Amino acid sequence: MTWEVIRKTAAERSSATLTEAVRAQFTWADAESMLDGLPGGGLNIAYEAIDRHVAAGHGAEEAICWFGKDGRTRRLSYADLASETARFANLMVANGLRPGDRLFAIAERVPDLYIAALGTLKAGMVFSPLFWAFGPDPIRMRIEIGEAKALVTTAAIYRRKIAAWREEFPSLKLVLIIGDEAPEGCVALGPAMAGVSDQFDIVQTRPEDPALIHFTSGTTGRPKGAVHVHKAVVMHAAAGRYALELVPGRRYWCTADPGWVTGTSFGIISPLVNRVCMIIDEADFDPERWYSILQDQKVEVWYTAPTAIRMMMRAGKDVAARYDFSALRFMASVGEPLNPEAVVWGNEVFGRPFHDNWWQTETGGIMIANTAAMDIHPGSMGKPLPGIEAGIVERDGDEVRECAPGEIGELALRQGWPSMMRAYLHEEARYKKCFASGWYLSGDLAVRDAEGYFWFVGRADDLIKSSGHLIGPFEVESALIEHPAVAEAAVIGLPDETAGEVVKAYVALNPGYEPSEELERDIRGLARKKLGPSVAPREVAFRKTLPKTRSGKIMRRLLKARELGLPEGDISTLESDET
Amino acid sequence: MTEDEIRKSYIEELIRVAPDLDAATISGGDHLQDDLELDSMDVLNLVIALSKRFGRDIPEADYPQIATADLAVAYLGNLPGESDRLI
Repeated sequence: MTWEVIRKTAAERSSATLTEAVRAQFTWADAESMLDGLPGGGLNIAYEAIDRHVAAGHGAEEAICWFGKDGRTRRLSYADLASETARFANLMVANGLRPGDRLFAIAERVPDLYIAALGTLKAGMVFSPLFWAFGPDPIRMRIEIGEAKALVTTAAIYRRKIAAWREEFPSLKLVLIIGDEAPEGCVALGPAMAGVSDQFDIVQTRPEDPALIHFTSGTTGRPKGAVHVHKAVVMHAAAGRYALELVPGRRYWCTADPGWVTGTSFGIISPLVNRVCMIIDEADFDPERWYSILQDQKVEVWYTAPTAIRMMMRAGKDVAARYDFSALRFMASVGEPLNPEAVVWGNEVFGRPFHDNWWQTETGGIMIANTAAMDIHPGSMGKPLPGIEAGIVERDGDEVRECAPGEIGELALRQGWPSMMRAYLHEEARYKKCFASGWYLSGDLAVRDAEGYFWFVGRADDLIKSSGHLIGPFEVESALIEHPAVAEAAVIGLPDETAGEVVKAYVALNPGYEPSEELERDIRGLARKKLGPSVAPREVAFRKTLPKTRSGKIMRRLLKARELGLPEGDISTLESDET
Repeated sequence: MTEDEIRKSYIEELIRVAPDLDAATISGGDHLQDDLELDSMDVLNLVIALSKRFGRDIPEADYPQIATADLAVAYLGNLPGESDRLI
């Protein structure tokens, strides 16, 4: 079925930050003019996010308005944030950490996490956030690849997920524990922060110096650490302004966790660079809690995700109807394609539609978006932001061919925008594979219509998108085969009306083991312990053997096609079928 | 259905959703997300399983009332007519 286009009024078009006139005249110099640069030279994200606002007389404005699970609140002005992040940077120096060293953070959404992120950048170090619900295996793997020198976490996460293997990484010299007490071998953050100065000269990083590492899953092999540089802040500034309507003083709520790229780029950096007030909620999704926050905090701009929107839809319109959303002026969604039903539902419940947008860990910022001035075609990701050239291409070795409107191909971006990743850490070959003929190839299949709107079609590979999290099947399979009963494993994503996709595993057992409900649970239990609930399979099915190619590669695609009753496609390489 | 039976059913469904948990160490006040580390999809799957088992729809607004075993026993015990739907 086709969905009715949601038209914008003339007033909506003219009040948007990105009017047709602004779009037509845009050059990257316009985006750069949104920034100040460090006094004395250089570019540092933390300076653009905090200290320049204080220097310009905005120190008293609210930067963070935080709500704890337990009902506590904490408010930080831009001046407070400048002092706290200066303390954190001093703490880094006091512990012998140097510019370029990498700090990892694994914590729930508490103010110290945000302070650590920005303080790390002030010290010229590289910040790498990990999702707090990861199990010990994904955390350990990423810390190993990233050669972490410092870590910020909580006592509970440290004890449960890190303490057992910490000694294997002697280069990890500083472990800071949020709060006033720390386990042996760690440093309590509270007293340490109190013991250092709240004045710090921000390290004069250059535009191309690394600032952030975000890990993303690959179909095969280890997770990839996408490296972003300080210059990415040009994109953070422009994309926040144009795609999210972030203008100084606005009240903004990004529901993403900083453990994922959205929660850092648009949950820390972009809003502060654009001098808004960030609402942060520590608690997990709960529809009534969320509606209360939107109402009571007078949220004006809201950036959330399809899974949460679909959960609100499940809760029903009548729950939402009890709240006042009159402060809302712009709503956006990212993480996976937002289904048309959800766009339309948002329009009915909140009086305005969700604006879907598309980008990836590798792109560092929003690339394609439905902006405030644009009519919305429900189900479409929108059009490229100004300065971004997007294409639909077909790759043939090192060459690419551009596809015609309506033709499915790989979504690609013309290389060279400011927040493009500069490397996969220690993985030069995998990095190079992402580029051909001046294009970055996204791995997403999409189509462009005659009006220039882009539409997501699917992944070109076996990656799974569950609740907005990209999951590499290989990482899950590796954990499954550590169970003594499992000989081999294949992991696929199955469509799910709420999560987008859910992870399902197929396993073949070692001799001496028989399929049983108990064994299924035992395998799933081990996977949850190692990987965490958001990555582990929700279901494990038993097979005698798994379908394989002649070279021994498991054909996940075939398992998925059979599970969904779809055509099996080309099976000429199938050597041994499943039984 | 007695309180103990309700509790037993709740724990069984919980372990089915999150088999990394050990039934013997779950206490009545443990919070599904804060203490037992379930994610929101787990909670949704648990709600679906409990709805099926108790033959009753559990609306989203009531999710906080099944957030611990103790709360769930009180909540599920008060559902009207549940007993005649159970075999």
